[in-house]
Amino acid sequence: MPVLLIIVPLLALLVLNLPWMRLMNRLALWVGLILCLIQFFLVLHSPSFFWEAPPLWLGRLFLFAPSLDYLSLVMFLAIAIVGASALLVCRYSIHDLLEPVKPGACSHKRFLVINLLILALTGMNGVVLANDLFSLYVFLEITAVASYILIVAEKGRDAFEGAFKYLVMSAVATALILAAIALLMLTAGDLSYANIKLAMSASSDSHIVLAAVAMLVVGLFIKGGLIPFHGWLPDAYSAAPAAVSVLLAGIVTKTTGVYTLIRIVLSVIGFSDTLENLLLLIGAASMLVGALAALGQSDFKRMLAYSSISQVGYMVLGLGAGTILGLAGSIFHLFNHAIFKSLLFVNAAAVEQQTGTRDMNRMGGIAEKMPVTGCTSIIAFLSTAGIPPLAGFWSKLIIIVALWQSGHIAYAVLAILASLLTLAYFLSMQRRVFFGKLAAGFENLKEANVWILIPACVLAAITIGVGIGIPWLFETFLLPIRSLL
Amino acid sequence: MTFGIVYIALLMLLLLAGIWTVMTLNLLKSAIGLAITSAILSLLLFLMAAPLAGVFELSVCAGLITVVFISAISLTKPLTGTEARARDHSRVKRFILLPVIIVAVAWGLYVMHPHLDLPLPAADVERDVRQVFWNIRRIDLVGQILVILAGVFGVVILFKDHPDTKGEIPRTPDAGRRTTDKDRPDTKEGTPA
Repeated sequence: MPVLLIIVPLLALLVLNLPWMRLMNRLALWVGLILCLIQFFLVLHSPSFFWEAPPLWLGRLFLFAPSLDYLSLVMFLAIAIVGASALLVCRYSIHDLLEPVKPGACSHKRFLVINLLILALTGMNGVVLANDLFSLYVFLEITAVASYILIVAEKGRDAFEGAFKYLVMSAVATALILAAIALLMLTAGDLSYANIKLAMSASSDSHIVLAAVAMLVVGLFIKGGLIPFHGWLPDAYSAAPAAVSVLLAGIVTKTTGVYTLIRIVLSVIGFSDTLENLLLLIGAASMLVGALAALGQSDFKRMLAYSSISQVGYMVLGLGAGTILGLAGSIFHLFNHAIFKSLLFVNAAAVEQQTGTRDMNRMGGIAEKMPVTGCTSIIAFLSTAGIPPLAGFWSKLIIIVALWQSGHIAYAVLAILASLLTLAYFLSMQRRVFFGKLAAGFENLKEANVWILIPACVLAAITIGVGIGIPWLFETFLLPIRSLL
Repeated sequence: MTFGIVYIALLMLLLLAGIWTVMTLNLLKSAIGLAITSAILSLLLFLMAAPLAGVFELSVCAGLITVVFISAISLTKPLTGTEARARDHSRVKRFILLPVIIVAVAWGLYVMHPHLDLPLPAADVERDVRQVFWNIRRIDLVGQILVILAGVFGVVILFKDHPDTKGEIPRTPDAGRRTTDKDRPDTKEGTPA
């Protein structure tokens, strides 16, 4: 019954938009949170009646038998956690601008944003469930269309610029992916992952197949914001409303870019020397360029956006190792990054909302007035920089060991250097924003309210818990990755 | 023979609709032109016994691209008379070489006569559109409903907004940026004013 992860949110959206607007406005946030919590517990408890073969009536109704594996479950978990965080940040940061539409009714911006957040979450669930390239394409587009609109939800020049860049680059990616789908359909006569894999193994030297693979991979690099296709990402992340930044940085680009890349490599293309070298090159470039660019930023969210590019580089680097350990590190880092980058954007939302600025040069000593935000920010940045025993340390360690074992020693050294750069730009951020003397004008600053402190504390707890609990998580989180290859 | 004439006629129509889509000045007409182009292409695919590809083409155009275009068009505003004249002038210069390029590319392809040797699958003539749409790709309907919902929410967010903005991009260079001192909210209550 996993298809219900698409159908139930769709039905919820339809119900939320029934005529009882005032009631539905109040319910929307809770409906979104309940959907995320149900998804979270379904993954953690893995009830067999839900994840195994669907009942006959459901199978007949939708004619869709998604292929599920360990990777899908990790993604569902990350989507649920980041989705719930984004919804809570939305409650904190998006103001309800009441505007009469007709007597007795009113339009709530927050309500519409929550609807679009649920829609984007549904699209990402669809991406994870897809077992053929066309369904994958449809759900990628659903997520992308919802994301464009979410970025401009609060309007403003920067938001339009960011959304436009995302739209244009995403359109290029879409065109490449569609062209690849067409060529692969010509080759295989079908679009299911399994049939395409069979057809590709039969005609691996075909120029058409090679062209299709190249277009598909480049399209996914654009979606993931990897170097040199990253132009849209800092503008889109920094200009989006706070809740949308959390969703985009935490999970959207990871699902549409990195997860899809891993899925396509595992289920369709398979590993080859050329592909591994390409992944290693792009991954290393993203890791280093992202980290170096982050060093020079003064805008809090823009710095985090470049940091995301760098961390995605690690994931692609792990995948490029072409081994089980590399794959495990890549998937583990994807999950960890979804959590700690969401936490950093939640903190950025709190700081921006309370101080009214994102310019780090105008801040200072904020931890004195916002102790919870300051503390959770330290946890998130230490994890991002790969400091033990937090979650980010373990995933980076696995990636580096995988690179070393597979003979890519130079890339392993680059990964260590990039980690030092990460520590440098985050220490700079922490010093400029949270430590030191309180900046002038912030004497009356107060801690953010509970709507933002809850997701911040939960995400920080997960970051610490995953890091400390790694001996226990090893069997449940890392060993099952062997089944993917 | 009759089929050949139909194919050629449809291909000509496809080309004309495509050119009209690109050259027309009205964005809405351009979107409609694209829909017509896509419909002709779908018809060609059905005639060539590729209903699956035909359904995909219709799905993409009707469900996804249209919503994106409507959202994009909603972000635009009409040009002033002067701007329109300047645009018309630059358009002529930009496209003046287009017919020459088309003829040159067509001649090059004719001379080179590239042979792609595509491993085409056997045409499955038994699967008609109804079968494909209702018996094979039913989950796409769910996807299309979701995209239409995204488009509706997008239009509502972009048009039904705060009276100060009215859906327009702020005119001053710094308007819309949220990092200036003047935008700093009152933080006495711990939450924005």
